[in-house]
Amino acid sequence: MLELNQVSKNYADVCALEHCDLSIASGQTTVLIGPSGCGKSTILRLIIGLQTPDEGSIHFAGQRLERDSLPALRQRMGYVIQDGGLFPHLCARDNVALMARYLRWPDVRIATRITELAELTHFPVDALDRFPIQLSGGQQQRVSLMRSLMLDPEVLLLDEPLGALDPMIRRDLQVDLREVFTNLGKTVLMVTHDLGEAAFFADTVVLLRDGRIVQQGTMEQLLREPADDFVRRFIQAQRSPLETMEIPG
Amino acid sequence: MTRRFAINFLCGLLLAGNCLAAEEPTIVVGSKNFTEGVVLGELIRAMAASAGASVEHRQALGGTRLVFNALVSGEIDIYAEYTGTLTHEIFAQSKPASNADLRDLLAKSGLVMSKSLGFRDNFALGMREHVAERLDIRRVSDLRAHPELVFRFGTEFTERGDGWPGLRRHYGLPQQDVLGVEHDLAYRGLAAGDVDLTDLYTTDAEIAYYDLRTLEDDLGYFPPYEAVLLYRAELAQEQPAALAAVLRMQGLIDEAQMIAMNSRVKLGGAQEVLVAADFLREQLGVDVDARSSTRSERFLRNTGQHIALVAISLVAAILIAVPLGIAAARWPRLGQIILGVVGIAQTIPALALLVFMIPLFGIGAGPAVIALFIYSLLPIVRNTYTGLTTIPAQLIESAEALGLPAGARLRLVEAPLAAVSILAGIKTAAVINIGAATLGALIGAGGYGQPILTGIRLDDVGLILEGAVPAAGLAIVVQLLFEWAERAIVPRGLRASTRA
Repeated sequence: MLELNQVSKNYADVCALEHCDLSIASGQTTVLIGPSGCGKSTILRLIIGLQTPDEGSIHFAGQRLERDSLPALRQRMGYVIQDGGLFPHLCARDNVALMARYLRWPDVRIATRITELAELTHFPVDALDRFPIQLSGGQQQRVSLMRSLMLDPEVLLLDEPLGALDPMIRRDLQVDLREVFTNLGKTVLMVTHDLGEAAFFADTVVLLRDGRIVQQGTMEQLLREPADDFVRRFIQAQRSPLETMEIPG
Repeated sequence: MTRRFAINFLCGLLLAGNCLAAEEPTIVVGSKNFTEGVVLGELIRAMAASAGASVEHRQALGGTRLVFNALVSGEIDIYAEYTGTLTHEIFAQSKPASNADLRDLLAKSGLVMSKSLGFRDNFALGMREHVAERLDIRRVSDLRAHPELVFRFGTEFTERGDGWPGLRRHYGLPQQDVLGVEHDLAYRGLAAGDVDLTDLYTTDAEIAYYDLRTLEDDLGYFPPYEAVLLYRAELAQEQPAALAAVLRMQGLIDEAQMIAMNSRVKLGGAQEVLVAADFLREQLGVDVDARSSTRSERFLRNTGQHIALVAISLVAAILIAVPLGIAAARWPRLGQIILGVVGIAQTIPALALLVFMIPLFGIGAGPAVIALFIYSLLPIVRNTYTGLTTIPAQLIESAEALGLPAGARLRLVEAPLAAVSILAGIKTAAVINIGAATLGALIGAGGYGQPILTGIRLDDVGLILEGAVPAAGLAIVVQLLFEWAERAIVPRGLRASTRA
């Protein structure tokens, strides 16, 4: 579905991505993980075309991502960022409908689709007319997800979609999100820095460090056969202190 | 292409502004910005009107140079001038030796000079009557015997070559205590006895008021300032009847009559239009329509003109400045240039900007509209630019990631998000514009500046307030209107008070 070939990207002097090859399988959930600045968000931004690679090429469903092909291809991808990126001047419904209206979908079709999505994402229908500042963080992310799903894209790109939420809400949304992924069978590419979250979602985990892919495989492979010492330390650092704590009595 | 657009746009503004004068009058009378000039202008207007012409009097347009140029360029058809001014100021370089020379020079510009109106408004020296009597001073040369006298002159007279320096040489005057001051202060000094002598014009209302004796220029130093009419030569063909009527003013007014008319306006607070009408009725038996305007009529007229000046210039500024602000936000390097240029335009004082308009576009509402338009650009451009460039990056990227092309992003996302800032810029521009528009009266654009200018000229606080108070009021009303519009235009989700 998505192919990165020898992609490099530099910001000023810092190398964000270095000769990266990555292939994302169709219908699967792939999680990009790694420490801050490892290049995982950059991969998403390159795919959605917010940035262009300095070297290498990216293909989406066999088509190369280029300036000319980008606008059409973007409509086949959904993109969700950490704080939602909802437009504050539009209510939830208008945020979700924005692109469909631009594409002149009939009103009935838009309304039907929004009801469908609200159900799918467990978003209360009566809150659809609220503005983003009137919604909680979790609700905002549900709206953002609805917006990304509106045109029924083939690929979902999620950049730390749950990063800004507090743990309880986060847990609820994780469950709902996984349900959505499973039901829709879409190709999902998600960025997180949280190992537990990666384990929860991923069919395939891709671990990055300093703009390079260190290891790629299932979570089990990662835990059982860490490719190097860095992978081992990364995993160790994220093991919950609770798991290792001995409860007296 | 852009250049042609710019020219067309400015011409459109000029036309729109000039349309503010509802009907095109057949004769436009001008006057210089002092009382006698305005009274003479009213006399001309009344005489032309008595012959059936439709006449407009653009009162107190400005100084000599401005009004003369307006005549040369055909923006006015006629005004009252003085031979001495023409000889020593307008044609100082050509040094015309006689009125015949003067007529030749004027003819080259397509202008004609009438015969004398019957009086001179010369420079002269004046002393309190009782002081002059006591010291037995009747002529300027008598001053030589009194070196202890205190002289206070208007600043202009002190500095002009044909003023005090030349006078002192010509008569060999010995006085040492000589200073240039604000002319009103010189009069007050005379009244208080601190000052013995000042310069004056021979038809000044103050001569009678302060009981002054004008000293005879016995050695013939001061040039004659014969009052005449100057008009465009075409007037003789275009409006022969009106011109003939106006020319009946030749030889009609003697010095005492002119002083009396000046006094009625300056000291008695009468309107020039009434003074002129009374004079014509008494002298010629001509009955002219001389209804003086009531306060409310003036208020309505000034309000209409003022609002039109502001509205046209502001709408034009919005049409140009918002796209400029958008361009500046989109292309940063171009943006620096745009912001720089409109920033410089803003640093020009409004008054100077209006004066710059005169050689380019002449006088009247048109050039004032252009000046106000230029003056309104910066706040709108800057706020549009700021509004657009301070939108959080993730919102712009979200719109981009959705697949919206640039134009749709601007329309659906960026413009609504910048609306608060853009509207604030327009509000600032409108309020500045209302204040600056009062200066438009200086170049004959009318509006609230008109009573302010007349009030300053006549030292009439009531008249000044007649312009200043409504101008301030209008600014407040506009401010309120914008706040109301803000509530209507700014999306609900952007208002901080919105809470679930």
